[in-house]
Amino acid sequence: MLYINCPHCGMRSQNEFSYGGDASVKRPELNKEVSDQEWDNFVYNRKSLRGKHLELWQHISGCRQWIKVERDTATHEIFRTFKADEEVA
Amino acid sequence: MTQAFRIENGGLINKDKKLSFKFNGKTYFGYEGDTLASALLANGVHLVGRSFKYHRPRGFFGAGVDEPYAVVQLYRNGETEPNIKATEQELFEGLEAKSVNCWPSVNFDIGAINNFLKIFLPAGFYYKTFMWPKSFWYRIYEPFIRKAAGLGVASTKHDNERYEHKYEYCDLLIAGSGPSGLASAYAAAKNGAKVILAEDKPRFGGSLLTSDVNIGNQSGKDWAEGIIAELKKMPNVDVKNRSQIFGYYDHNMLVMSEKVSDHLPSTKKYHPNKRLWYIRAKEVVISSGSIERPIVFGNNDTPGVMLSSAAKEYLKVYGVLVGRKPLVFTNNDSGYETAIEFKKHGVDPVVLDSRKNAESEIIDEAKNLGINIKNSHVVVAAQGYKKVKSADIASISEDKKQLGKIENIQCDCICVSGFWTPTIHLASQSGNKTKFKEEIDAFVSGQSKQNEITLGAANGVFSLDETLKTSFKAGSELSKKITENDNEIAIPNVVEKKSSQHDKFWCVPLPKGKNYKRFLDFQNDVAVSDVEIALREGYRSIEHVKRYTTLGMATDQGKTSNLNGLQLVSEIENKVVPAVGHTTFRPPYTPVSIGAIVGREVGKHSKPTRKSPMHEWHEKNNAVFVDAGVWLRPRYYKKGNENLFEASKREAKNVRTNVGVCDVTTLGKIDVKGPDAAELLNRVYTNAWLKLPVGKARYGVMLREDGIVMDDGTTTRISENHYHMTTTTAQAANVLSHLEYYLQLVWPELNVNVVSTTEQWAGAAIAGPKSRDLLQKLFPNSDVSNEGLPFMGYIEGDLFGVKARIFRISFSGELAYEVNVESDYGNFMWEKIIEVGEEFNIQPYGTEALSTLRIEMGHVAGSELDGRTIPFDNALEGLVSKKKDFIGKRSLQRSAFIAEDRQRIVGVVPLDKQTSIPEGSHLVKDDKAPLPNPKLGHISASCWSVEYDNPFSLAILKDGKNMIGQKLFAMSPLKNKVIPVEIVSSHYVDPKGERVRS
Ligand SMILES: [Zn+2]
Repeated sequence: MLYINCPHCGMRSQNEFSYGGDASVKRPELNKEVSDQEWDNFVYNRKSLRGKHLELWQHISGCRQWIKVERDTATHEIFRTFKADEEVA
Repeated sequence: MTQAFRIENGGLINKDKKLSFKFNGKTYFGYEGDTLASALLANGVHLVGRSFKYHRPRGFFGAGVDEPYAVVQLYRNGETEPNIKATEQELFEGLEAKSVNCWPSVNFDIGAINNFLKIFLPAGFYYKTFMWPKSFWYRIYEPFIRKAAGLGVASTKHDNERYEHKYEYCDLLIAGSGPSGLASAYAAAKNGAKVILAEDKPRFGGSLLTSDVNIGNQSGKDWAEGIIAELKKMPNVDVKNRSQIFGYYDHNMLVMSEKVSDHLPSTKKYHPNKRLWYIRAKEVVISSGSIERPIVFGNNDTPGVMLSSAAKEYLKVYGVLVGRKPLVFTNNDSGYETAIEFKKHGVDPVVLDSRKNAESEIIDEAKNLGINIKNSHVVVAAQGYKKVKSADIASISEDKKQLGKIENIQCDCICVSGFWTPTIHLASQSGNKTKFKEEIDAFVSGQSKQNEITLGAANGVFSLDETLKTSFKAGSELSKKITENDNEIAIPNVVEKKSSQHDKFWCVPLPKGKNYKRFLDFQNDVAVSDVEIALREGYRSIEHVKRYTTLGMATDQGKTSNLNGLQLVSEIENKVVPAVGHTTFRPPYTPVSIGAIVGREVGKHSKPTRKSPMHEWHEKNNAVFVDAGVWLRPRYYKKGNENLFEASKREAKNVRTNVGVCDVTTLGKIDVKGPDAAELLNRVYTNAWLKLPVGKARYGVMLREDGIVMDDGTTTRISENHYHMTTTTAQAANVLSHLEYYLQLVWPELNVNVVSTTEQWAGAAIAGPKSRDLLQKLFPNSDVSNEGLPFMGYIEGDLFGVKARIFRISFSGELAYEVNVESDYGNFMWEKIIEVGEEFNIQPYGTEALSTLRIEMGHVAGSELDGRTIPFDNALEGLVSKKKDFIGKRSLQRSAFIAEDRQRIVGVVPLDKQTSIPEGSHLVKDDKAPLPNPKLGHISASCWSVEYDNPFSLAILKDGKNMIGQKLFAMSPLKNKVIPVEIVSSHYVDPKGERVRS
C-alpha cells in the first residue's frame, strides 16, 4: 500500500485516496474551437508510461483536496507531491 | 501411558501439565508446550500422511514453518480447519487432528497405487493427461484431481470466530527473534526507538534455543530470555510471539498474522482468533534466520528421514528422541551438533560425512565422545516403507561421481544436513536484488529497494559472534537516525565452536541398476527425474520448470526444495546457479487464514448500513426494506398478506388518486455557495443556469467529458449565492468529487465552495392530487397556492415550529412537493405528515411504487442513465443548450452520437396486455432468427401501469424515434420468455405534463 505525502495533511496511507489519472492532461478552454483529434486526446488518449509519471489523487477520506503526485509507475517510488495549484517544475 | 520416545530430563515443555489429544481417532498424551508434531513423535508416531501425487507414506521432515509433509486437518471447538502444519500447531487439551491425502486410512491408502503406476505420473502429467477431450474435464478429470490432490477440506459452516485488523506504525520492525533480531531490537530500543519485534514461534530466541553457545557468562538460551524480559518492560517496545510477518509490500508496509487463540482449546470471550497487523515501519530488520536444506538420496521421503536441525530441536525443546538408532548424514558441521545431542542422551548415532577430512572443534568433540564417524560416506537410499528400517550406505569418490560398495546398516531415523539456506523471502518481496553467495551455495539479500536490512543467518552469516556484532551495530545506527539518541551498548563476548567449510555436495548419484525416487520437493512430490524430463522437453526458464513440474509450488513454497532444484537445473544445463536464478518469492510467506484477511468485514459488517431518521417508523409500519447503495430504503409497506406486486400497486394507485408520502432522505444533497456558484452550475449542467431566480428550482443533467450522462437532479436557488443541489442516491459521492475536481484543478478562478449536506436534511416527497390540500394544512401560514408556490417553486415554511424547506418538484409526475427539515426533526416531520394526511387517505409508498410512477411517466433513472447513454437517448436533448459550452458538450458532436438511427428511449407494451416483460430482455425483429439474433435494444425498466392496469416497460431502442407503433419481440433467454410487444411513446401517462403544473 502506497504511503502518500498529502501536501495539506502529511503522510497518509493509500486507502485514504482515490486515483484521478494523468495530471498533465489539460482541459481545452471553454467555448474554444477544438479539433476532433485534440478533443480525443483530451478525453481518451493516454500514454501508459513506464517510469516517472505525474498523476492526480484526491484525498477523499481526508482533506478532499486533489493533489499531484510524481510517482514511478514501475517501482511505485513517490518523488514529490504538489498542491493542485502548485506549478510542477 | 508412557511415552516411549520422551527423555527423562530436558526440553522446555511443562511436564506438570499433561494434555490428551486425538490423532486419526486414537487418543494420545502430550505436555503443555508441545506441538502436535513433538507430541506424536514422543508417542512414536511417524506416519502422518500420504504424499500429494504418489500417496507415499510421509512423516515429519522439519520442526516448524518449513515442514512439507505433516499437514493435517484440525478439529477445534466444533470447527475444522485444513492445511495446518503439525509442526506449528501447539498442543491443547482435547485437540483432534486427522491425516489428509489418504483414503480410507493413512495405513491403507488406495491412492498409493499411484506409487506403483508412477511411470504414468511424470512431470507435466496433469497437463498432458487431462487435456483431452475437453468434455471430460468437469465430469471426470477435475473431480478425480480434487479428490486425489487435496490438502484437507474447508468447513462449510459459518465461521463463528472473530478476526481483527490492526494498523500500527513503528521506527523499527524486526522480523524474527533469533540472535540478530534480539540484538538489533535491544540496541534500537535503548536508543528510544519505537520497536516491534515479531516471532512466529511461541518461544523467543530462534537458534539460541537449540545451539550450544555462551553469550557473556550465560547460555545462549538464558541470554535470550534475559533480553526478552528487558524488552517487554520497555514502553517503546512491542514484543509479539506467534506472529508471522508474511508480506512485505510497497513503502515499507508489512503485514503480520498473529495467532491469538490457536493454541487454546477455544477462543476466549471477546478475543479474536487471529489478528492481522498492517505495519508501516520506518526501517525493517529481516532477522528471519535460515532453513536447513536436505541432501537428495534414494527414497529420501521415507518417514524417519528428517532435517538434522529438526531432530535437534525435538530433543532440546521438546525432550523427544526422533529415533533410538539415528543415522546422521551431513556435508557440514551442523550434523555433529545433532549427533552430540543424541550421544548426551545415551543414544549412539552413526555420522556419515560426505567430506573426506574435515576438522573442527565440534568434530573433535564428537570424536572424543566416541561417536562413530564415517568420512566420504553417503546414504544411497533409505529402506523401509512406512518407517525407516535401515539405510544403504556407501563410500563416495572425491569427485562425488562414483559410489563404493553398498552396505546396509540398521537405523530408525536418518537426520540430514545439507547446509543452510538463508530465508530471503521478505527481502525478495521488498524488491531487494538478491545475489548468489558462492561460499554458502545460496542466495542472500543484495541491493535494497526499500528501507530494509537483512542480518545474521538470513544474510548468510553463520558465526554468532559476527551476527551479534553486526546486529547490535545495525540496531543502534538505524535507531540513531530516527531518534538521534546514541546510547552505548556493551557487546557481550561469545563462546562458540568454530566450524569448518561445508561440502558443496547435494545429491547422491543413483547406484547402477537402481531407480530410486529421489525427491526434491517433498510436498508436491517432485523428484529429480521430473526436473530432468522438463529440461529434456525443452523447458529452460526456472519459472517454467517450476510450473511444469510444480516444484516449489505447494503451501510450503519450496522452503526446503528451492535450492536443490536450482542446483539440479544448473548442473544439467551446465550453468552456474546465479545464472539460473531463483523464482520470485511472493506473499504470503506462510499460508494465511482467509478469515484473518477478511477481518471484521463479514455479513452486515462488510459495508456500513445507512438509515434515514424515519427508519424506525418504517420498521414499525411493516416496511420491507431494499438495499439502495449503502442505504436501506422501504421497498413497500406490507398490509395483511399482500405481496410486493399487490402492495406496490396499491401504494402507486393511492398516489395517483389521493396522496402518498415517500422517504427521499437518501438523495444526495450538495450545498453550492459563492459568487460564482451560478457560473459553476452553468458549466456543469447541460442547460442554462445564469438566470434562475432566487426561490426557483430547475432540473439539470450533467455529463462526463465523453458526453455520457453522469447524473441528473434538481437544484434550487436558496438565496443570491447559495444553491441546494440534489443528486441521485447512487451518484452522490461521485458528483461531489466531480465538482471538486473542476473547482480545484480546472477552474480554480471560480469562487465557489461545495460541501455534502446529504446527512443534514431529511426529506419527504408528498405526491398526488390531494398533496396541495395536505400541504396547506401542514403549513397554514404559507401561501402554497399554484400562484404562491408554482411548479419548480421554492419557499421556506414553518412546520409546527420546525423550519422547513418546501420544493415543488415531482418525480412521480403528479402534483407533488418535497419537504426537507434538519435530520433530527425528520421523524417529527414524517409523523406530522401521516397524522395530518389521514383525512386525505395518505399512505406511505416505497421504492417499488416510486419506480412504477416514474416509469409510466417516462422519467429516466439509473436504469436508463446507465453510463452508456447521452441526453438524446433519454429524450433529454431539449435540456442541451446550443448557446453555451459545458462539460462534455464537444463529445456530443461525435458521429455515433448524431447518427440518424441513434438509440432512444421508448415505451413498450405487451400485445396481450398481460405478460410482464423481464428487465434486461432484448428487443428483436424476428423471434425465430438464427442466433445471434440481432439486438435492436433492451428493456431498461418494467412496471405494472396503475393508470391503464397493464404491464408497461421502458426500453432503449435503436432508431427509437421512428419505431413508435412497430411490433417487435422482447426475448429473455434467462427467463425463457418471448413476448410480442408494441413500441409506444415513453410518456405513457400524462404526456403533456399537465398534472405537475395543476
Ligand atoms: Zn489531505
